[in-house]
Amino acid sequence: MSETNDTNPSLNELDAEHWLQAYEQMVKIRTFEETANELYTSARMPGITHLYIGEEAIAVGVCEALRQDDYITSTHRGHGHCLAKGAALDKMFAELLGKEAGYCRGKGGSMHIADQETGNLGANGIVGGSAGIATGAGMSIKLRGTDQVSVCFFGDGALGQGLLYESMNMAQLWKLPVIYVCENNQYGEYTHNSKAAAGSMVGRASGFGVHAQAIDGQDIRTVHATARLVIDRARKGGGPAFLVCNTYRFRGHHVGDIDRPYRTREEEEEWAKRDPLTLLEDWLLKSKQAEEHVLERIQQEVKTAVDDAVAFAEEASFPSESEVDNHVYA
Amino acid sequence: MSTLENGIHCSPAIHAPGERQITFGQAIREAIAEEMARDERVFVIGEDVAAAGSVFKVLVGLLDEFGPERVIDSPISEAGIAGIGVGAAITGMRPIVDIMFGDFTTLVMDQLVNQAAKTHYMSGGKLTVPMVLRTTLGASRRSAAQHSQSLHALFSHIPGLKVALPATPFDAKGLMKSAIRDENPVVIFEDKMLYQEQGPVPEEEYTLPLGQADVKRTGDDITIVATSSMVYVALEAVEKLDSIGISAELIDPRTTTPLDTDTLVQSARKTSRALVLDEGYRQYGVTGEIASVIADGAFYYLDAPVKRIGAMNVPVPFSPAMEDLTIPNADYVVETAKSLCG
Ligand SMILES: Cc1ncc(C[n+]2csc(CCOP(=O)(O)OP(=O)(O)O)c2C)c(N)n1
Ligand SMILES: [Mg+2]
Repeated sequence: MSETNDTNPSLNELDAEHWLQAYEQMVKIRTFEETANELYTSARMPGITHLYIGEEAIAVGVCEALRQDDYITSTHRGHGHCLAKGAALDKMFAELLGKEAGYCRGKGGSMHIADQETGNLGANGIVGGSAGIATGAGMSIKLRGTDQVSVCFFGDGALGQGLLYESMNMAQLWKLPVIYVCENNQYGEYTHNSKAAAGSMVGRASGFGVHAQAIDGQDIRTVHATARLVIDRARKGGGPAFLVCNTYRFRGHHVGDIDRPYRTREEEEEWAKRDPLTLLEDWLLKSKQAEEHVLERIQQEVKTAVDDAVAFAEEASFPSESEVDNHVYA
Repeated sequence: MSTLENGIHCSPAIHAPGERQITFGQAIREAIAEEMARDERVFVIGEDVAAAGSVFKVLVGLLDEFGPERVIDSPISEAGIAGIGVGAAITGMRPIVDIMFGDFTTLVMDQLVNQAAKTHYMSGGKLTVPMVLRTTLGASRRSAAQHSQSLHALFSHIPGLKVALPATPFDAKGLMKSAIRDENPVVIFEDKMLYQEQGPVPEEEYTLPLGQADVKRTGDDITIVATSSMVYVALEAVEKLDSIGISAELIDPRTTTPLDTDTLVQSARKTSRALVLDEGYRQYGVTGEIASVIADGAFYYLDAPVKRIGAMNVPVPFSPAMEDLTIPNADYVVETAKSLCG
């Protein structure tokens, strides 16, 4: 398998209709996150939340290459993964607001959305905490003899966690169909990864013999093409892969991190030039796969859907007291 | 006795009225800064402890004061930094390992439980591990099940680990300084909801012994033992009980290991009733141990069984509608106390 994808034949494998679907998913995530931020700033949402704005191309690029019955595990910055894998807006917002109609009946909140119907094994509040789970799902796939794939999303900060390396080693030993997707947004909380990750990121996986490559995480076409290749390969028994998707979180670590003293505005402006949504829009327009009004219509439709979902969530009721020890078995 | 703003009494010997007020967070910071200035072997390591001054902003300024060699931002590697703490401690340093959320202490279990706690004894007393692991406890921040637990019982269970649970700024500073000076591993749990809480802390230097309970309020009818966050809940309950003619004595053990059994037992002998309150899960919680210590030591003096109150035995739920149900509150403490005094 080639280490680069510049000449990748599957780059354009999606037709215009599918690209528009991917675009819609990205707009959906962006709008969802902007709205979540508003809910926080207007004190309508309990707790805090971590926004995925700026990283949309990764979740959508990867998940558009997955089937509904494939698995993902997600992170504290998980809304994008959940939506990209097919989660519904209304149940997402309801969960963020702690309502019974939410994906986890209000028990999980922003950091813990799980939805087995779309193969989402759960977002995780423990950095790197899902590396084992995603690999275990890969083990289960192998033992059950299906051709599903398991995708583990995690941030560059999770490269600090030993569990990841134990898991990748076993995935490679046993040729498990697991794709480790490292969303390298440059920071773990307030620390740049140059101060947290020694040596080569890709080398961490290639040292185990895991197919590993670093790609542009802002360009959905690159992400999707690469994801397709490694996912197809894993489906056919080729074993795990590790993708470092270089990206940037456009907002603070969480909604309350507004001053961002640990990075410069210049750095942010540089990255803003590579907004994944704008990149896709420009390409769609330039390659004449879509006209401006089509994109605008999609944005408008998503906006309406998000507004409706928020209204639903705000009107939904809180769980009753009896819910608190429902699902407790020990 | 002097009184904290919030009405908690502290030992008269160490307090004079009109002292300066600082927050719990400032008290922790001051303790660490003083010990770092006093002893160059002390260093701090943890995630975002240096440039960011910790996510709870408790360590702001330490980096400027002591430099990056002694205030170290680590990767997100809890097991690794705990291990580094153990190794550095054995070889002559005095590490303070910072684990942001108490929930993440599960990731350092081997290094703490099998290594730090065992080294001194297992080496026949040859090696010592003078390290501090500071971390947090407490729910009610709407952070759900993996960022809200109070896991101090896990460590209190282990011979070879000391566990401190300061409730006031005064206690926080005194216990932190003692923990840093201790020859053996100490785990110190700070309630993240308490960081902004103000209280009197003297300008002059002091330490508090590990293993000495503090009588936060004296009373005659019932002993309420409370730790950390629950000291405030107990205090509210004590005031409510006062207004209905029940005089409660409030004792904060301040450390679960070593445990000041004498103070607990003597109080229960005096009041003949005891209720133990802690934010850890109730099942197998530290309340069980404390209640049993009291039941043993004060059996012939007790007029009622010792009661204990802890967090509900459920993963902490996110929704405010449910989370608040899982944490003990003053009204529940009052009702339980009334039933014991009834
Ligand atoms: C084991 C563990 N340690 C620390 C934390 C606190 N924490 C939450 S998010 C975060 C940074 C994670 O960085 P990264 O993995 O790069 O993800 P990003 O936030 O950048 O998406 C940290 C340290 C945690 N949740 N879990
Ligand atoms: Mg990151």
